Amino acid sequence: MGCMATAESYVLAIGTKKGLWLARSTDRKEWSLSGPHFLMSEIPSIGIDTRGDSPRILVGVRSEHWGPTVAHSDDLGATWTEPEQGAIKFPEGTDAALERIWQIYPDSASRPGVVWAGCEPISVWKSTDGGEHFELNRGLWDHPHRSEWGAGYGGAAAHSIVVNPSGENVHVAMSTGGVYRSLDGGASWEARNKGISAYFMPDPNPEFGQCVHKIAADAAVEGRLYAQNHHGVYRTDDNGENWISIADGLPADFGFVMLTHPRREGTAWVVPIKADGERIPPDGRLAVHRTDDAGGSWKRLDVGLPDHEYNAVLRDAAAVDSAEPAGVYFGTRGGSVYASADEGESFIEVASHLPDVLCVRAAVVPGVASGDAADDAAVQSAVESAALSEAESAAFAAASTVPA
Amino acid sequence: MAEITVVLPSVLQPLAGGQSCLTTPADGAVTVESLLDAVTGDYPVLARRLRDETGSLRRFVNIYVGGEEVRRLKGLETEVAAGQEVLIIQSVAGG
Repeated sequence: MGCMATAESYVLAIGTKKGLWLARSTDRKEWSLSGPHFLMSEIPSIGIDTRGDSPRILVGVRSEHWGPTVAHSDDLGATWTEPEQGAIKFPEGTDAALERIWQIYPDSASRPGVVWAGCEPISVWKSTDGGEHFELNRGLWDHPHRSEWGAGYGGAAAHSIVVNPSGENVHVAMSTGGVYRSLDGGASWEARNKGISAYFMPDPNPEFGQCVHKIAADAAVEGRLYAQNHHGVYRTDDNGENWISIADGLPADFGFVMLTHPRREGTAWVVPIKADGERIPPDGRLAVHRTDDAGGSWKRLDVGLPDHEYNAVLRDAAAVDSAEPAGVYFGTRGGSVYASADEGESFIEVASHLPDVLCVRAAVVPGVASGDAADDAAVQSAVESAALSEAESAAFAAASTVPA
Repeated sequence: MAEITVVLPSVLQPLAGGQSCLTTPADGAVTVESLLDAVTGDYPVLARRLRDETGSLRRFVNIYVGGEEVRRLKGLETEVAAGQEVLIIQSVAGG
């Protein structure tokens, strides 16, 4: 069988509780899986930066023993590099230590090299060198509300960062604290949660304190964002000044995921979970729901998904790619990963029985992925070389680049 | 001059150039904190695996001096005598 060369292929990065897996495909139907990388470390965040000459995969890594760090690969996972002094480090005087990197967000193509990170303890960071070194956002860190922000079940973190095309408007969501907005590129911040419920607080409509699980920006309408809340699905059309419910038509208003289309106005995806107290898909039937009218109506999408599923999908365990039609990907806490090449109309299972899936990201990357025997052997070799021992994993990036 | 030896677990040895032990000369007693500063000075990634940026020992990293885990002694202020051996061992954690 000959090589089915294409100018582009797809990479799907799967961060789990016990390491990173990478999947490659030429058609988003057949996937080759390699891994684990960073065995026994959790990978709660991934960013695939496709703005440069070659794609860079950035991962937030956290070992229970050895702490958190950021590593990156410029060769799609063949080798990994970790900055010697650490990419994210709280400055002296803050009396804080990095616990976990929850979000890695490459900025727009017009701002090459800019990468944002959201972390635990609640903090936002910005890199201008492609994610090798980040600076703490002091405006948010020094915000007078900070002492009143709380911790969700997973920890107190800034987990969503959305930057508008001009770079002036930055929205951050944190659990718990809610949505904060900057109109000056991140210099100063104001809580923007009007309309978002915090039913678990004495005042269910506070200025801040909401447990917003995820926010995402509309692809085309400036100032329009969507939010999946700790009960409640919302939209704002005025840059966060007011949020309105768009939960009608969904089987449940609880969940963690909020995805938006890479180009098309009004299209977003959620993965409903039954309730705070019952964190399983409604009726044990896993489904993605998509709106094409900004939340006016929702379509259930479950073709190719299992009949029964009792695992939740976490906030960053879902992603879209930039292809046409857009690909939709998600993984469960039961270690299954699903991919759709048609915007969610149908799914295939990419992987199963992995550790809990914490994060997935997908991208279109240049280069040939192929299907002949020699390449199959190469893939197998990659699988073997990527299956690091725990010792190698801890040492995954010593002073210089090391083979993974 | 006497030395103090720090024994690394195998999992961390690649971060110290493959060495299983790191040594530093010592005239007299030094604290665990200054000992770690001395032996990890050339290995910043190893240093970050052991302590966070506030200088605190990571929760599941145990350091033994004279057979006692330093948290039961004086923590990083525990003194290590010249000639003594210090063990770094990861605790049982995870699932």
